[in-house]
Amino acid sequence: MRNKKLMQGNQAVAEAALIAGVKVCAGYPITPSTETIEILARKLPSYGGRFIQMEDELASIGTIIGASAAGKKAITATSGPGFSLMQELLGYAAMVELPIVIYNAQRVGPSTGGATKPQQGDIMQSKWGSHGESPRIVIYPSSVRECFDMTIEAFNLAEKYMVPVVLFSDEILAHMRESVELPEAGEIKIINRRKDAKPQNKYLPYDIDESEIPVLPPLGEGYRYNISGMIHAENGIPNLAPDVIEACITRINSKLDKYYDDIVRVEQIKNDKAKIAVLAYGVVTRPARGAIEKAKKNGIEVELIRPITLWPFPEREIGEVAERVDKIIVVEMNLGQVAIMVRASVEGKAEVIQFNKICSRSITVDEIYNKIKEHV
Amino acid sequence: MEIIAQRPKSLTDLQFTYCPGCTHGISHRLIAEAIEELGLRNNIMGVAPVGCSVFAYKFFNCDMAEAAHGRAPAVATGMKRARPDMHVFTYQGDGDLAAIGTAEFIHAANRGEKISIFFINNAIYGMTGGQMAPTTLPGMKTSTSPYGRDEKDIGYPIQACEIISSLKAPYFIERVSLLSPQDILKAKKVVNKAMLFNKENRGFTFVEFVSTCPTNWGLTPAKAQQWAKENMLKFFPIGNFRDKSMEGGE
Ligand SMILES: Cc1ncc(C[n+]2csc(CCOP(=O)(O)OP(=O)(O)O)c2C)c(N)n1
Ligand code: SF4
Ligand SMILES: [Mg+2]
Repeated sequence: MRNKKLMQGNQAVAEAALIAGVKVCAGYPITPSTETIEILARKLPSYGGRFIQMEDELASIGTIIGASAAGKKAITATSGPGFSLMQELLGYAAMVELPIVIYNAQRVGPSTGGATKPQQGDIMQSKWGSHGESPRIVIYPSSVRECFDMTIEAFNLAEKYMVPVVLFSDEILAHMRESVELPEAGEIKIINRRKDAKPQNKYLPYDIDESEIPVLPPLGEGYRYNISGMIHAENGIPNLAPDVIEACITRINSKLDKYYDDIVRVEQIKNDKAKIAVLAYGVVTRPARGAIEKAKKNGIEVELIRPITLWPFPEREIGEVAERVDKIIVVEMNLGQVAIMVRASVEGKAEVIQFNKICSRSITVDEIYNKIKEHV
Repeated sequence: MEIIAQRPKSLTDLQFTYCPGCTHGISHRLIAEAIEELGLRNNIMGVAPVGCSVFAYKFFNCDMAEAAHGRAPAVATGMKRARPDMHVFTYQGDGDLAAIGTAEFIHAANRGEKISIFFINNAIYGMTGGQMAPTTLPGMKTSTSPYGRDEKDIGYPIQACEIISSLKAPYFIERVSLLSPQDILKAKKVVNKAMLFNKENRGFTFVEFVSTCPTNWGLTPAKAQQWAKENMLKFFPIGNFRDKSMEGGE
């Protein structure tokens, strides 16, 4: 068997980051994500890169934004308390349209919460934690192999769409060890940001073509442009004229719209006979698959829909499931964050039922199966 | 039977859950003894950090708060300003105080907050399993400085006492060591002094403890003490940096 390894979710993220071409990792230790920065601290130098331990998470995200502005791929790894501290600059990265990847291994919150216990409590924060409104892409693997693949995907999406990407895991996935067969380097598709900037005398950083995606050459190459967290015009210079404010906020928030089909991914087990669907994501997808199998054995037909992409939210796919089934059971390790989005997506076409577990024990096949049975 | 030694009442009866040979227990005891000897048990509040001593509330027998990582001096500021009649201390590790909480620490010192900060410098992040601290020594290998701390690349260890000595407001600043029985006896006097100044509301008081973390240093407790004596004290010399009570007019 080629390239088969026993590894942890955190390790898969680090190994994939190296292959994606990360040159800078800046971070601050925090359980349950620390192994990722420990591995990168050890390995980045031999990949021509650098790990810099920062004084906190504000500085960590600031550093990877700076590295990205200078043209390098950069990552930080954190968990809830650190993710909270990163919110200001997460909005900044979205505003200036620089690609970065933030890996958040979720632990029990709020506040210091519980470092060694899992939760899915940061879903809404990943989109709305920063003030104002700004875009990001958020993806959530469900296995160690997917941690690897989706780290590569996180960088590809960030670079392609010039947007911060949040890569989720949780304490279970972060520390769980699975035997994974990794792809050969040649089989992995790597996307780098656009380099086709107009000549310097015609260049404006946010004078954007029909792609809606800016071309930002690395700072330091003499293009003499400015990036700013202030509302800016096409030239990148702060400008608070009402029409500029409207244009700036509208464009950054709608730039991903036309790429919905390229960005948004779901996993589905479709079933025409099913009247019930289970919606689960991340690590909870695993018992959800088991529960659907068990239901089938017991003569109950159930669909599965799993948002792999959490933001932009897969409202079309979920809306389509709601056309077929009567009930959607949303299973989450929080008090119902994605359920809010599911209700908005189904627009009353199906009943949305919540199954929430926040005690930090993983959700089991039987718990989901029993919930299905209650609603047959 | 005559009792000749016992735990101060400012410590609970619980056995410390720190690793064998860890100096957190010693610094806890010195602070608790000072609280007891100065009669402060019923009018003192403590703020614990996030770090191995996140569990300090279990051991100090007084009202305790656990602040978010690094924020203890800000929380303590609020407590003291809201209840000037009470006495307030924080207990913080090197990551908590000299990395993520640098701003809160320096500004509390600069405002001359009438609180005591007890700073446990073990040159490592104990709780998270042995990563580089701002006080990690040059050349020292940790899980995030696997090739040894390179001071040309990541800087020299932060010297907390020296830094706040450049500020005018702090009332009392001293570094002590917990590396031998003699040092601990000296440290006890210093802790009592800081606590007395706190009791008398004289100003900001700061005591740094040169400490050990045998577990994450990968050394036995005895070897950890020896290693710290030979290496830590060079960067973190013990001694008084400020004592305004000795300066006459304050
Ligand atoms: C915002 C935030 N970032 C990171 C952490 C993770 N964390 C918990 S304790 C700690 C460092 C502890 O080291 P130190 O302050 O030196 O205390 P010690 O355990 O060595 O006594 C870190 C980084 C956290 N709890 N919150
Ligand atoms: S890890 Fe280190 S600082 Fe923490 S209790 Fe153990 S010896 Fe003490
Ligand atoms: Mg420490």
